[in-house]
Formats: sequence, C-alpha cells, structure tokens
Amino acid sequence: MSNLISSSPSEMDLLDRPNIEDYLPSDSIHQQQPITKLKLRDLLDISPTLTEAAGAIVDDSFTRCFKSNPPEPWNWNIYLFPLWCLGVVVRYGILFPGRVLILTLGWIIFLSCYIPVHVLLKGHDKLRKRLERALVELICSFFVASWTGVVKYHGPRPSARPKQVFVANHTSMIDFIVLEQMTAFAVIMQKHPGWVGLLQSTILESVGCIWFNRSEAKDREIVTRKLREHVEGADNNPLLIFPEGTCVNNHYTVMFKKGAFELGATVCPIAIKYNKIFVDAFWNSRKQSFTTHLLQLMCSWAVVCDVWYLEPQKIKPGETAIEFAERVRQIISVRAGLKMVPWDGYLKYSRPSPKHRERKQQNFAESVLRQLEEK
Amino acid sequence: MGNTSSMLTQYDIEEVQEHCNNTFSQQEIVSLYQRFCQLDRNSGGFISADEFLSVPEFAVNPLSQRLFRMIDGLNFKEFVAFLSAFSSRATLQHKVEFIFKVYDSDGNGKVAFSDLLDVLRDLTGQFISEQQRELVLTQVLEEAGYKKDSLLVMSDFMKILGNTGLKMEVEVPVD
Repeated sequence: MSNLISSSPSEMDLLDRPNIEDYLPSDSIHQQQPITKLKLRDLLDISPTLTEAAGAIVDDSFTRCFKSNPPEPWNWNIYLFPLWCLGVVVRYGILFPGRVLILTLGWIIFLSCYIPVHVLLKGHDKLRKRLERALVELICSFFVASWTGVVKYHGPRPSARPKQVFVANHTSMIDFIVLEQMTAFAVIMQKHPGWVGLLQSTILESVGCIWFNRSEAKDREIVTRKLREHVEGADNNPLLIFPEGTCVNNHYTVMFKKGAFELGATVCPIAIKYNKIFVDAFWNSRKQSFTTHLLQLMCSWAVVCDVWYLEPQKIKPGETAIEFAERVRQIISVRAGLKMVPWDGYLKYSRPSPKHRERKQQNFAESVLRQLEEK
Repeated sequence: MGNTSSMLTQYDIEEVQEHCNNTFSQQEIVSLYQRFCQLDRNSGGFISADEFLSVPEFAVNPLSQRLFRMIDGLNFKEFVAFLSAFSSRATLQHKVEFIFKVYDSDGNGKVAFSDLLDVLRDLTGQFISEQQRELVLTQVLEEAGYKKDSLLVMSDFMKILGNTGLKMEVEVPVD
C-alpha cells in the first residue's frame, strides 16, 4: 500500500506548492495544549487525528472542485412538462441541426481560406501571420455561435505586445474558444488525443500555441524554454496560460502553477464566470470526451458567460513567484466569485506529497518531546 | 420526472440506521449515501483503499495507512457503521472501542506494547528515534501502573480514555 503514497511527484514539484497548512483551520494542526506532564492517555488518545481522517471521508474541498452540477430539472409538474417537452423538440430538432449547419459552414469557409493562405503566402510571413490570426478568430466565433454563446467582455481588449502573459481560470476547453474569438492568443495546453489533437498540431500551432504532456517530466523544461522565447518575441501573439492545469467546476480555484509567474513578464489576469442557467460548462474530462461535451453545449439553449480582463499585475519586489501566483489567483477568484482551495489540481492524477504528512508528524513529535522534558 | 438518482427508500434508510444503532438521522444517511456514490468512482458498490486515497485530505493523514485495514472495500452499510463512531450521538464506549480497534491490529482484543509503538510511529514518523519512542512509551506505561509486557484490553482503554472529555465528532453536511 505504501507505494501508492510514495509514488508522488519529485522534489521539484514540492517547491511548486503553497503551504496547505496556511489554509487549513489552525486548530487541526497546532494542538498547543498547555505543557503538562506527559501521561499515557495523551499518547493513547488519537482522536484528533482520527477525527480529521473521518472528516475528510465525509466531505473534502478537493472533490468539491471537480463535481459537475447536475442539470436542475424543471419538468416536475403537469403544466411545465409539455413546455419542457416543447423545449426538447426545439433544442434537439431545430437548434441542434441549425448549429451543426453553422459549424459546418464555418469550417468550409475557414478551410477554404486557411489552406490557400498557408500554402501560397509562404514568402510573406507577416501578412500570412495576420491572415491566419484573423481566420482562427473567425472559426472560434463560429464555434461560439454554434452554442449561442452569449459572452459579455468587460475591460480593455488585449493587444499583442511583448513581455506580457495572460492567465485565466479554467473550466473547460471552451474557455480557450471564448477568449480566442476576441484575440488570437497563443495558448499553453495539454496535448489531447483525437480530432482536438489534430487541430492542435496543424492549425493552432500556426498561432504559436505550445503543447505539452502533463505526465512527461522532461516536457516541463522544454515548455519553460519555449515560454521564455515566446514572451520575448515582439511579433508573437499574446500568450495565454491556464495555470490551474486542469478544468475546475467554476465554483473553486485550485492552486496556480508558478510557471507563468516567473517569466519576468507582466501578468494580465482574466476571470471567466459561466452562468449555469442553461448548461453547466464544466468539462469533466473523466466522465465525458470533449466531443460529447461540445454536443451537450450545442443541444442546450445557450452558453452564457462573463469575461473580465483585469488590471495587469507585476511581481512586487521581494515577492516569490508562488506568492505572486497566489495574489493573482486571489484577484481572479474575487472577480469571478470563486472559492480558493489549497490543492494542486494535478492531485487528480497523482497522490499528495509525503511532505504534508511529515509536517503533521513533526508537530505531534514536537509536542510529545516538549511534554517529556517537563518533568 | 424530478431527481431520481440515488434514491433510498425508507426501508433502506431504516435498515442502515439500525445497522449503525441510530447514530445518524435519515437526512444524514441520505447525505452520506451521496458522498459514498461520489467516492465510489467505478460504481462497484464498495470503496477501495485507492478510492479513499484519491481524497488528498485523507491521504495526508498520518493514520491513513493504518485505517486501510478497517476501510478497504467497505459497502454502504459498513461505510456508515465505520463513521458512526464519529457521530455526536455515539456513546463514549463506542468511540473508545473504535480507538481500541485502531490499535488492535490483529483483532485479538488485546493491545500489546508493539501495537502502541506502531501507532506512535505512524504519528511521529522520523521526528523521534525508535529508542526514544520505546523509552517514552515504557515510561508513561509504568507511570500509569502497567508494565512493558502487559496486554491492554478494552476496559483498560475505557479507564484511561473514559474521562478525558474525548472530542471525536464529525458533522455530516446536510442540505
């Protein structure tokens, strides 16, 4: 059983995390009893630790981050039921085929322009880049239209400048589409299988997107190097990073990875909040493929969301990358009304580091030793 | 129509309540059932140790490895029974029994010096040396009137922990 625990990430990963202890209620960690003589019952009484364990089994903040909200049924009475049925007919019978048509049309227009531009304008890099940028924005608008995206953008529209990086909270891959239709961002993303992967490696690569594989340790260095190069380049598309590294259900934010915050660039936070009246935009990648997720969106009435481009932030003197990341996370969480939890989203894929357990052990050991000296 | 998922009938709930000596209200059992289904990712009807470990707050607990013996492969009834020691309605006897079971790794109803040492090792890890742990334990045992080779039984635990104002309660969130 112990290999389950010890197969946790390397030392390097540990530095990437804020202290969980900063968030947990303090009484669960520092059991500062008045120092009295150590008695047998002090050692035998393991109830605080057991209570913590049972508390985590009954409810925990990590699982809550990735819980999809089931659709609220409103077909529960005899008057609403026919209306609801009518809604189903309209959504699946009229809206959905219409949207498929729009999307197909979009793809036809996109591909018939993109391929010639890509092939014929080989010598004119600047012009080609501009046209490709516009075309990617176009196809993303078609995607947004295909789920009747009602998106309200607040704040100044980002422009391409060197030395800046945009970070946003992450709910679904559609975040990227929603942001991309306004500005052709270059995005850092997990490499996906299937048709999404194909798009990634062909079209999106031309906008300067960078792909990595979460589980490849060496990808980390390559991505870091590519990031630096990209941020320095003056003519590159603005860089967009989802520092949570995984999709969260838009009620919480998990820890931000510090990578985006140690590039020495200005960080421009973007907060995205989905309104769940028609559909839950959270992509639970464990439960559904991206295709099913898109189909679900296309069969709903509309996807409603707010996007805020927030005040650019610079690292303060004396602030570490982790502190900076936490500060930006705070800004985004407040704007979008999300709760911050101290967990690393990658815990979906791995186990927590033994460091956290050792901290608890150390506390207990110290209190035992302190009491022992008191004779 | 309506929310049909995870519906427990009155019979089911009463059966579970009886199984855990009415330490949980019906509302709490409904909540626990939802939680159970959430933890049981592959919907096998039981929760494996690995599924418990997917809760990071549980995985970092110093006693999580030790608790596996008690929680691996629990079905819903056993899951509720396991948690019932943490209910505010559970008796002191019940709570102390639970602690005793955590110590009594071979389940023979007796806790030896080595069992005590094992738990203390889980709790303190590398931060106290093995000799020091043995020393501490021997010392407090002797002060309490036991010897290193004495076997503690349930009534000893009750005597030691019974009047310490044991606070071992977990609130089940009810919506």
